[in-house]
Amino acid sequence: MSAEAHDHDHGHDHEHEHHHKDTFITKYIFSIDHKMIAKQYLITGIIMGIIGIAMSLLFRMQLAWPEESFKIFNVLLGDKFAPDGVMANDIYLALVTIHGTIMVFFVLTAGLSGTFSNLLIPLQIGARDMASGFMNMISYWLFFLSAVVMLSSLFVEAGPASAGWTIYPPLSALPQAIPGSGTGMTLWLVSMAIFIASSLMGSLNYIVTVLNLRTKGMSMTRLPLTIWTFFVTAIIGVISFPVLLSAALLLIFDRSFGTSFFLSDIYIAGEVLHYQGGSPVLFEHLFWFLGHPEVYIVILPAMGLVSEIMATNSRKPIFGYRAMIMSVLAIAFLSTIVWGHHMFISGMNPFLGSVFTFTTLLIAIPSAVKAFNWITTLWKGNLQFNPAMLFSIGMVSTFITGGLTGIILGDSTLDINVHDTYFVIAHFHLVMGISALYGMFAGIYHWFPKMYGRMLNKNLGYIHFWVTAVCAYGVFFPMHFIGLAGLPRRYYTNTNFPLFDDLQNVNVLITTFALVGGAFQLVFLYNFFSSIFYGKKAVQNPWRSTTLEWTTPVEHIHGNWPGEIPHVYRWPYDYSNPNHDVDFVPQNVPMKEGEEVLHH
Amino acid sequence: MTSLLVIIVLVLLAVALWQLTKIFDLTQVGASSDDSQVASDNDNNVQGYIMFGFLAFIYIFTIYGLLKWGNLALHTPASEHGGLVDNLMNITWVLIFTVQVITQGLLYWFSFKYKGNKDKKALFFADSNKLEAIWSIIPSVVLACLILYGLYAWNNIMFVDKDEDVIEIELYAQQFKWTARYAGQDNVLGKANVRLIQGINTLGVDMSDPNAQDDIVVSELHIPKGKKVHFKMRSQDVLHSAYFPHFRAQMNCVPGMVTEFAFVPTYTTSEYRELPFMVEKVANINKLRAEKSIELVAKGGTALDPYTFDYLLLCNKICGASHYNMQMKVVVDSPEDYKKWLSEKTTLAQDIAAAKAAEKPAEGTAPTADSTAKVIDTVKAVVDTVKAAVAKVALK
Repeated sequence: MSAEAHDHDHGHDHEHEHHHKDTFITKYIFSIDHKMIAKQYLITGIIMGIIGIAMSLLFRMQLAWPEESFKIFNVLLGDKFAPDGVMANDIYLALVTIHGTIMVFFVLTAGLSGTFSNLLIPLQIGARDMASGFMNMISYWLFFLSAVVMLSSLFVEAGPASAGWTIYPPLSALPQAIPGSGTGMTLWLVSMAIFIASSLMGSLNYIVTVLNLRTKGMSMTRLPLTIWTFFVTAIIGVISFPVLLSAALLLIFDRSFGTSFFLSDIYIAGEVLHYQGGSPVLFEHLFWFLGHPEVYIVILPAMGLVSEIMATNSRKPIFGYRAMIMSVLAIAFLSTIVWGHHMFISGMNPFLGSVFTFTTLLIAIPSAVKAFNWITTLWKGNLQFNPAMLFSIGMVSTFITGGLTGIILGDSTLDINVHDTYFVIAHFHLVMGISALYGMFAGIYHWFPKMYGRMLNKNLGYIHFWVTAVCAYGVFFPMHFIGLAGLPRRYYTNTNFPLFDDLQNVNVLITTFALVGGAFQLVFLYNFFSSIFYGKKAVQNPWRSTTLEWTTPVEHIHGNWPGEIPHVYRWPYDYSNPNHDVDFVPQNVPMKEGEEVLHH
Repeated sequence: MTSLLVIIVLVLLAVALWQLTKIFDLTQVGASSDDSQVASDNDNNVQGYIMFGFLAFIYIFTIYGLLKWGNLALHTPASEHGGLVDNLMNITWVLIFTVQVITQGLLYWFSFKYKGNKDKKALFFADSNKLEAIWSIIPSVVLACLILYGLYAWNNIMFVDKDEDVIEIELYAQQFKWTARYAGQDNVLGKANVRLIQGINTLGVDMSDPNAQDDIVVSELHIPKGKKVHFKMRSQDVLHSAYFPHFRAQMNCVPGMVTEFAFVPTYTTSEYRELPFMVEKVANINKLRAEKSIELVAKGGTALDPYTFDYLLLCNKICGASHYNMQMKVVVDSPEDYKKWLSEKTTLAQDIAAAKAAEKPAEGTAPTADSTAKVIDTVKAVVDTVKAAVAKVALK
């Protein structure tokens, strides 16, 4: 961030109306500038990502070499949870739980959406800042607070929440059932409540900004697809996150005040508890009413970033701009009526299962449209393989591979036997985990110059991508097979089932790929942090892109544009337009006399 | 320890790699321009070829996986509806593989073929209603067929005909074990509630219910081949999931409600053991176990027992620290063997009566498990009193 200060010295002569003196605190800590807030989200997200991925490497080691002693377990987990370097079974479940929570919410929701919505919405629609800079700042600091609370739960006596990231009661409600359901779970719930407040403030801000602050000429059908996906994501968030908040609050009531929303007829640790009339299935409904839209909250922004990067680097318009918008809207609508496919065998009426199978498989249609449109965007392009482009192509690849197995899991009949096995893990890690992570990496490589005024090293980017790509398939492709063998997820070890002995070699292979892939993320970290200070200076529009963010000066200034905000005269994808000699025409370039619009 | 070594080697490898790229960067200092970190024609060319290589990697890895790990997947279903499930699964797999091969092929082939250079200009191709109609309609039609087949199968599997002649068995889940209750002669399960749990009546069966009198409680599940078994599932503490992978059956057990699943077993345990694929699988597992045993013995441990196949009931919903070891052996008998096995079991009513009878003469003799429990209770009561006293003092 000192590059920021450095750049600022050069930029001080940019005079404009919003310029005023900043102290260190208002500039770097309690900043209300969307660009700084975006960077704060990104750095926090990266730190959480390091923790989340490191946790997965630890439990993958346990799965490959069960109950073997590793010094590193003892160093990281302590004498209580890894005596003599052997991982204990309850900390295994805690690692799995916190890994899921961190990756889904803190990295791929806040880290991804928070970073790029904040950075790109004002810059790409031509606004000086978010509608409410103050609320934006509060949103980040609540996110930061929730991250601190979540991490502090790692240090409580009985260990952090360990009921799985889905925290189904009664397991999550009763400390008698698992030690992690004591203080650890309380902190988990408090952290999520704060997180949801943060997310809602962010989302409302994004929606209002997109609707109200577009520059002259920037109609909704001239918005870059990034903005469309951020906008729709924010709407889904506003609709579904409050439901999780209510579920969390009711669970807090059950845990602390003796209500029975989710609990009934429980006999545990030698005594009958007083709960009567509640239903854990109700919690599952409430949880997945957020939980399923959540995966689209994660993947839609990645789709937007990838669409934008693919068009720029193919030097071609995105194929089917309107179809892309329609499919985003269709996915968003359908995402709110498919949650029951997580619950086919939860004990709900099988008739409901039929309905949810129907709506779930419908989602494949807009998803197929998107995948084919991306592939067609590459066709007859002039592909520029910048690292961001590699990650974008990788995202389409893993999205297809992971998405296709969704046809199996979304079909209630087939779900019976693969539900909660490693098959599910393989599916969702590819389709939303790796894909969204690729989308995030693509975004970082592409917009790093806009964020820090410097370039990331491309060769390190190439190494990062290719090793990650091989390892991602190496980890998750074999998992389909052990899932089809019937191996349940969330098992601390499989050694109690000789039936699964022949899966052990596969587990070792998976872990090896995971360790290699994890280690190579260090290449990215090195590239990221060293380039902030020592990267090559960026030019104003390094990727020769059409969108408005590249019309702002490299040095960050309050209000984004030194003079007037540019007007917009054309759609964002005029690449290789036959009416022009250059292969890109920025949105702020007026139409030539007699120039026709060449797209719908 | 070896893996720590592996990690160190990897980290060193990573360090070496980025040092190499640094050297590479330094050699280019003279040519350094503003766009040195933007892909050049040379980069496009190299990356284009790697794209093609990666496509080959995906295809080869897929084929390798199918050959090497394909036989790990669950084989012949052991239940009547399992055939229906597997059939739908196979159709879906054919579809998935076709789409996967084509789309990944196109994606990486285009990436290779259209790798950019300075002299090229891309084709301005913004939309085509015809193409988009094609790839909306084809998936719609294919998915409609899958949905119809899926719903047909789902309805067949999940709805149990009330008039059907079935065997009623209760599966009872608790941390971390399974218990089964047979309905007995009347084929009706007696009422039950966790509030009635007492002594050896660990399932809380209502012994005043006439239907409960002939219920039989066991810890190993036996079911007859060729007869529909209707499982009613309960849980006493947290969510569990009754997962019978070989029968393609699974249902959650939810405290406070009764869930159900029914299937017809089609192979007895001994028949299933003799299926060629299973013979091969078990031989392979025993080979692996023998190798592991040699290792264990060398370290001073005991050798592993050889494995014989048994159907299993697993818990497949995270239920606590020992979730990974919550299992029950399932035995499919011929109808005759099943009858014989069941007739040898005592009813819960008899067990309770026997326990009561055993309790009375035991009084005044050597301490029994019960009296130990009483001692523990007394200690607990004392501890509670002390706690209350401490709390009072603290309040003051």
